[in-house]
Amino acid sequence: MSTVNVNVHHVTRVEGHGNIVLNAKNGNIEECRFDVVEAPRLFEGFVRGRPYTEINHITSRICGICSVGHSTTSAMATEKALGAELTEQGTLLRKLLFHGEILDSHVLHTYYLVAPDFFGAGSVIPLIAINRAVVERALRLKKLAGDLCAIIAGRHTHPVSLVVGGFTHTPKEQELREMRKRLVAGREDMDASVELFASLDWPQFERETEYISLTKDDEYAFVDGRIKTSDGFEYPVKEYKKVTNEYMVPNSTAKWTKHNRDEYMVGALARFNNNFDQLHPKAKEAAAALGMEPMVTNTFLNSGAQVVEMVHCLEDSIRIIDELLEKGIQQEDPVPVTTKDGEGWASCDVPRGILFHHYKYEDGLCTEANCIIPTNQNYGNLTADMRKLAPQIIDQPQEKIRLMLEMLVRAYDPCISCSTHLLDVKFV
Amino acid sequence: MTKENTKVKVAFFDFASCEGCQLTIVDALQTHLSLLDVVEIVQFREAMTEKGEDYLIAFVEGSCNRKSDEERLFKIREQAALVVALGACAHTGGVNALKNIQPSLQETREYVYGDKADWYEVYPTRPISAVIDVDAFIPGCPIDRGEFVKVVKNVLLGKRPGIPDYPVCVECKLKENVCLLLEGKPCLGPISRAGCGAICPTYGDGCEGCRGIIPHPNENAMKDVLDEAGLTLNEIMARFTMYNAYQEDQIETAEKTI
Repeated sequence: MSTVNVNVHHVTRVEGHGNIVLNAKNGNIEECRFDVVEAPRLFEGFVRGRPYTEINHITSRICGICSVGHSTTSAMATEKALGAELTEQGTLLRKLLFHGEILDSHVLHTYYLVAPDFFGAGSVIPLIAINRAVVERALRLKKLAGDLCAIIAGRHTHPVSLVVGGFTHTPKEQELREMRKRLVAGREDMDASVELFASLDWPQFERETEYISLTKDDEYAFVDGRIKTSDGFEYPVKEYKKVTNEYMVPNSTAKWTKHNRDEYMVGALARFNNNFDQLHPKAKEAAAALGMEPMVTNTFLNSGAQVVEMVHCLEDSIRIIDELLEKGIQQEDPVPVTTKDGEGWASCDVPRGILFHHYKYEDGLCTEANCIIPTNQNYGNLTADMRKLAPQIIDQPQEKIRLMLEMLVRAYDPCISCSTHLLDVKFV
Repeated sequence: MTKENTKVKVAFFDFASCEGCQLTIVDALQTHLSLLDVVEIVQFREAMTEKGEDYLIAFVEGSCNRKSDEERLFKIREQAALVVALGACAHTGGVNALKNIQPSLQETREYVYGDKADWYEVYPTRPISAVIDVDAFIPGCPIDRGEFVKVVKNVLLGKRPGIPDYPVCVECKLKENVCLLLEGKPCLGPISRAGCGAICPTYGDGCEGCRGIIPHPNENAMKDVLDEAGLTLNEIMARFTMYNAYQEDQIETAEKTI
């Protein structure tokens, strides 16, 4: 009987360093796991002693892809701790900037990191020869998202003007009008994107799990909200530790999390399943084109949910710009903090899922910090998926098994550098 | 000879970092897709599966945070004719080096990893130039897209990379920004390396010094400016550790001849 040994050292087209290990003899899985081999960076340790004004700019550097998500969540937690309430315009600009990041990150993941697998390519570069128009569309959409972030915060990767209390820069009315035109024109590329991803032959794999995301009464939640799980629980953000229940696993590399079951899933698919009704009508049309309606339990379709959210973010960005223009954009300074001592927490549903930041300050200096990252929360679910998928494909050629496992890891869009909790593995 | 063979082979590597500089390079392709006509990327784990070991130029993002990463750096140095440090983490140690100035590294490890701290290898953050010889730097957190394209062009033409050694203030003045120091806001512009287009002051936030200190900063002039702003050198230098906590005398200047 056959022996299968799949050992993927440093999975490619993911953010950060992780390895897949699968050993099977005679069809029996002996070992099946995902190891994280990222260098420890100790963010929560080294922000202690730094002034509150620096914290969201430092924690932005946890991740280059979701830096707006970290920076926003961090600033919100600090505002909560030190008593600064954002203006209405500041809140709208934060949401608009956040949409830019979701769009940017999802375009990167679906087009650059996931799509090559469906074309038998190792990266997006050979796709230029296969289908240049598709690559150019991806580049255009990514530039649109990046430019949206840039008019608000100076740039997408490590936003400049996003500070505690709001923004140090206000976009000009003309910039918002120009951006609105480009977003409207971007609908054509978005329609083509939906068509492309709906035409792909997504792997068939079902495993129902607990889906956890933020939720809000009045909108599809990305920035702030309550914690909602598909098993019927709801918590205020303050009680985030009731959801995450971090624990250490023997022979494992990361702090894992669990809630009602042994594992749960966060990210676009969790948001899609929990908050589908609040998606923009055009995003719901995209979901229909992709053959998706809640509950979707095929993990590979996390990328499909990202495509749906791309449509939602484009449409909702147009709506937010209209609201800003209607109200009239004002030059505003950041709202000052009212105290230098306090404790605060905040949550955003960033591209890869629900994120928590929590700080304490004394005399304006950070004394305690805790950040719980989406990718950490997905490791339990990823492992459970791998252990269900592996026996189903164990009779296939080893290269096919390897590709399927890599595609499964990529479906989660893991962000391993977001690794304030992730640990270095010791190989045996 | 086919056109393919004339391309310069380059590879990208990452160590402890957020990978935002590599992402910035992916974004540079939005406007400079033609870069791929002159270079062949043989390794770029964040974006591609292929792993070629035959490369002339290595771009290295991230700082060295553990002994076991040194071996990878030595191998890169052995293979590459040119090693380019990409971004603040590789260039100055970046924010990672903030752990170097915590009272105790061991205590910091335990704060994050509890009683399992010793499972995870880590030592004080070092810029890669502290581990291997580096031929050029592209500073910044993240790197500037336009500057990256400029450096690649210069290097391919056999020129010096062309990283400025004048302060951010020069670029800020050219943009006709109102000086933030005059508004009493801390800004490291007078002593920090330009090349970023003064993006932070332009967007209303003082320079944080992510591109490192300029060679021979004029400290007396700096003090005068700070006096006018009602700030002290100490107040400014406290901010300077954000990206420059690694011992400064070990950071080489950017303009090494290639």
